Amino acid sequence: MADVKKIATRESYGNALAELGKENPNVVVLDADLAAATKTGVFKKEFPERHIDCGIAECNMVGMGAGLAASGMIPFVSTFAMFAAGRAYEQVRNGVGYPHLNVKIGATHGGISVGEDGATHQCCEDVALMRTIPGMTVIVPSDDVEAKAVVKAAAELDGPVYMRFGRLAVPVINDTADYKFEIGKGTVLREGTDVTIIANGLCVGESLEAAEKLAADGINAKVINMATVKPLDDELVIAAAKETGKVVTVEEHSVIGGLGSAVCDVLSEKAPTPVLKLGVQDVFGHSGPAVELIKEFGLDSEGIYKSVKAFV
Amino acid sequence: MTVAELQKTANEIRKGIIKATHAAKSGHPGGSLSSADMFAYLYFEEMNIDPENPKMEDRDRFVLSKGHVAPGLYSTLAERGFFPKEDLLTLRHIDSYLQGHPDMKKIPGVDMSSGSLGQGISAAVGMAVAAKLQGKDYRTYTLLGDGEIQEGQVWEAAMSAGFRKLDNLVVIVDNNGLQIDGKVDDVCSPYPIDTKFEAFNFNVINIDGHNFDEIADALKKAKECKGKPTAIIMKTVKGKGVSFMENQVGWHGSAPNDEQCEQALNELEKVGC
Repeated sequence: MADVKKIATRESYGNALAELGKENPNVVVLDADLAAATKTGVFKKEFPERHIDCGIAECNMVGMGAGLAASGMIPFVSTFAMFAAGRAYEQVRNGVGYPHLNVKIGATHGGISVGEDGATHQCCEDVALMRTIPGMTVIVPSDDVEAKAVVKAAAELDGPVYMRFGRLAVPVINDTADYKFEIGKGTVLREGTDVTIIANGLCVGESLEAAEKLAADGINAKVINMATVKPLDDELVIAAAKETGKVVTVEEHSVIGGLGSAVCDVLSEKAPTPVLKLGVQDVFGHSGPAVELIKEFGLDSEGIYKSVKAFV
Repeated sequence: MTVAELQKTANEIRKGIIKATHAAKSGHPGGSLSSADMFAYLYFEEMNIDPENPKMEDRDRFVLSKGHVAPGLYSTLAERGFFPKEDLLTLRHIDSYLQGHPDMKKIPGVDMSSGSLGQGISAAVGMAVAAKLQGKDYRTYTLLGDGEIQEGQVWEAAMSAGFRKLDNLVVIVDNNGLQIDGKVDDVCSPYPIDTKFEAFNFNVINIDGHNFDEIADALKKAKECKGKPTAIIMKTVKGKGVSFMENQVGWHGSAPNDEQCEQALNELEKVGC
């Protein structure tokens, strides 16, 4: 896919914020000494007075976000997923979730594609943690187009939103005329009748490629981009499961508590279906180039292809 | 209000604390009683608020960072007319809006949900930043416990407030000297408190938290101070106003029984208000 445009969704986050800043004077961006990495520097350059670097103090940053939201601002609290969802979990839970404040959490560097920094910075638990907070919306966009649409939609929603962005540049797959993002709605990217692949984040592009390989073997896979993990598009999941009889979930996250678990939660209650959960299998990551790690964890198109083929 | 009127008001707040925790059969009277005089001054003299319009846009904000002294805040809000005083008797009950810790979504006059220690001050910093960004002149007050400042987040927030020169923020520390496990200086001493805040670029004022003249003077000086947030370290007596609760660590988080409630109310009546 050398000819396909690639961009990391964290870049999209920064760019979308800069656009949003022009439209809405209440948008304020907070960072914790990682503005260069979370890409909010673009916003900072345009609106220095509305960019607050909190220093390396994520818990205080989330609390400040709560105070800003309670005073009518729309804070986008930005840091790595590890620190937003991990270190500041309780601040998000008690300070943002419980009072259902209008705080947007922009979590970059989610998953193993953080790469060389290794396990301490590769957060594969954030979606699970955020899903458990009542009223929290959790979104994992798949590419630049979607990431920008997610930031816009999050700003329009009144309530807390957790957005997970990636470090690695990923192909743009949603630059189609009819693309539309709606919180809580999945998108069918490819029709198929033998199996449904439900993915999010960078796994969507890989799943689409895997589906092409499966097709060559005579297996027709339906591919769904499920950017919103919470609230999940139950209706689409159930319909697809009933239609294809088998479901595979693919995410750059632990198979415990993330998209795979959310899909299983729905299907076990409403439409029992065999599900294969692809993701990080209850292990920590390690250092290495992102692309190689994705391959090692079986989340590249070849890995997905092989797992789905064996499952179907 | 005259000092006598403020004392009477604080006494009424203390009665409400006793009645509420007695009715709840749980809760935190000790730190509520030590903060009662400051509560009275803030809500009856200092803050620009309107009980008829609790969400008034440009009101002064208050964040109870030491959220467990909810009985103190609730009794003050009821006394000030935010909700009926008789509702205090529903504190912590299953069908009551008066939650064990402050809930901004359910309770009129509560500006921020709080309870997990060390977090309220950050929200207060956020509110003060919001006022600066919006060009508004409302002020933000937050009350912390002296045990609470053992939380690291307090100092993240203090660093942030000092650095941002938030002169519209007042951090009040209720230095009653006791926390659940004992004396603060036996558990993990936070002393010296004043110079710690000074080191974070605060305007620091030490006062007797039961002396209304000193409270008034400190809050006046806080308003006059430009370019720095103010920290008021108030020396107080835990359980203040009820003889058998004063300076007793056991009354941090336990409620009076019928007999103790009666005795406490009798003592507070005798104060003559």
